[in-house]
Amino acid sequence: MTQATTEASDKIVNPVEQYLRTERIPHIWCPGCGIGTTVNCFARAIDKCGIEREKMAIVSGIGCTGRVAGYLNFDSFHTTHGRAIPFATGLKLANPELNVVLYSGDGDLIAIGGNHFIHAARRNIDLTVICVNNFNYAMTGGQVAPTTPVNAVGTTAPHGVVERSFNLPFLAESSGAAYVARWTAYHVRQLTKAMVEAINKKGFSFIEIITPCPTLYERRNRLGDGLARMQWYKEHSVIKNGAPTRECDIEFQNEIVCGKFVDKDLPSFLEVRNAQLENLRREGIARS
Amino acid sequence: MSADTNGILTGSHYLDGDHACSEGAIAAGCNFIAGYPITPSTEIFERLAWRFPATGGTFVQMEDELASSIAIQGAVWGGAKAMTVSSGPGISLMMEHVGLAAMSEVPCVFVNVQRGGPSTGLPTLPAQGDMMQARWGSHGDYEIIALCPNSPQECFDLIIQAFNLSERFRVPVMFMMDESVGHMTERVVIPAADQIDVVARRYTKLPADEYLPYKPGDDMVPEITKAGEGYRIHVTGLTHDERGYPVMDARCQRQLVTRLADKINNNVDEITSFVEDSVEDADVVVVSYGITSRISSKAIRAAREKGLKVGHLRLIVVWPFIEQRIRELASKVKAIVVPEINLGQVVLEVERCAGGHCKVISVPHAGGAVHDPQTITEAIVEAAR
Repeated sequence: MTQATTEASDKIVNPVEQYLRTERIPHIWCPGCGIGTTVNCFARAIDKCGIEREKMAIVSGIGCTGRVAGYLNFDSFHTTHGRAIPFATGLKLANPELNVVLYSGDGDLIAIGGNHFIHAARRNIDLTVICVNNFNYAMTGGQVAPTTPVNAVGTTAPHGVVERSFNLPFLAESSGAAYVARWTAYHVRQLTKAMVEAINKKGFSFIEIITPCPTLYERRNRLGDGLARMQWYKEHSVIKNGAPTRECDIEFQNEIVCGKFVDKDLPSFLEVRNAQLENLRREGIARS
Repeated sequence: MSADTNGILTGSHYLDGDHACSEGAIAAGCNFIAGYPITPSTEIFERLAWRFPATGGTFVQMEDELASSIAIQGAVWGGAKAMTVSSGPGISLMMEHVGLAAMSEVPCVFVNVQRGGPSTGLPTLPAQGDMMQARWGSHGDYEIIALCPNSPQECFDLIIQAFNLSERFRVPVMFMMDESVGHMTERVVIPAADQIDVVARRYTKLPADEYLPYKPGDDMVPEITKAGEGYRIHVTGLTHDERGYPVMDARCQRQLVTRLADKINNNVDEITSFVEDSVEDADVVVVSYGITSRISSKAIRAAREKGLKVGHLRLIVVWPFIEQRIRELASKVKAIVVPEINLGQVVLEVERCAGGHCKVISVPHAGGAVHDPQTITEAIVEAAR
């Protein structure tokens, strides 16, 4: 063994680094932002999944979390605002061997992309959707979203939100998702485990991750910095695995119910479609 | 290369334009369609739902046209040949993703069976009112290719050309049918597979560490790859460099956007296709496209019977536009007459290219029917004066 290789093997390698496009670092996220924490969990989850690296594709929409695709060292697609799910649907159906993971924000997936979200869950298409919920539109400067709790403020609700917010786990489950979980950026071990489960889950799997946006949401609502927020998540999260999702609403500065809520075995779009093709083949209609 | 023999219904058929378009897509190798029902394009979509199990294609009915128009792009990155079909209101929703396909250079086909507009307009009646939308409908500067069939036979033949051009130039191709052509039933001859030319996708053969997904070749078109091949590509609608990584500056924007336009504009001779009839000694030339070309032929016959020297130039590829040919004609003829089922769209391009060297006369029609040939004949007579 030469000296050089000995040195190289002695070097401490960050286990996450191989999954990042390191040439694109530094990233654009603010200090205290929770998105990077979730990406760290994701990279560790990939390590544990045991799936073939080259068969994984990441799809993002637009927004702060939409930039995740650009930093992960996989085939990655940064699509249009709200349309990551239908893009991913086409990608998965054209090449079912791919593990397709969507990584996007609450505004992207649930507001402008809300219709695609419920239909992908209804189809039970084999996709993993990771929704980073920071309660506001951060890339554009802190406007309120369909996830912003009543009475919280944002630039487009300076006197407080008057609309009810979506309960994302309930929305996902009632639309037909096979796997539904919620964690915060504080729960890195549970989140990593949930990511492994969601990626290996057949059908439509969904994880909501509550994350701090200290630059905008936390600052405008006087909730402290990123660290203070982690402390708050620690103290105000309640883990209730299997909790009925209808009871998982998030109210302003109230407790956050976390856990794995749904884990069902449901026939996926591709299973049902392939079974139909098999029948047609037997009848001599479809090609083998 | 030749078409895949699987699923090609070689022989003589009696088909409407919509169904002929579906069969042509299969012949072209299309194996993915995402769509949303809308009159008068639905039959294309329905026929593929019925036919794809036998040809190995994937059909998915999406929740709207926004979804359809981006699902096909995901499918292309998954290795499929993909198209979507729609009409005016749906095409309007798809425009954001025409821009994405242009920006991220995704070979795919958008079929527009045109109906009367704006808005819901005339769902069951013809128009050619989306010609400028096809070219400029998404924001920013880009170029696309648009073809206009005038018969069910051409719906079959030209959709193959549409797919081929999309692969050749990595560009979205707009296939501009109209309700008349879509719902007209005529004889359609489907050739043997070995008589059908299909352009294969230009996949890179470079190893992953040498491949730059947006590094153009000599013809300004980059080689493509697909997901799952180990290239770990990044694709974005943001302005990007040759690696595909976002770069937010004026220099990168200029390089990218100029190339997207030049790869089409510098290859106009290869892309364009038009048919001329007796233009060499004509005093008046009618420039037409799509269903209006068939009405024009009748109008031209009537004008010739009156002793007028009338030529006909039918555009098969409308965009990019045949600037050079129109310039040449304008210096030779008295007038160019442009009938179209809109209030004057392609005529604006004809006028620009004619540059004042001859009269340019628009024969507009607001839509809902084709022209009465007599109105075109009268315009020719007037133009010849």
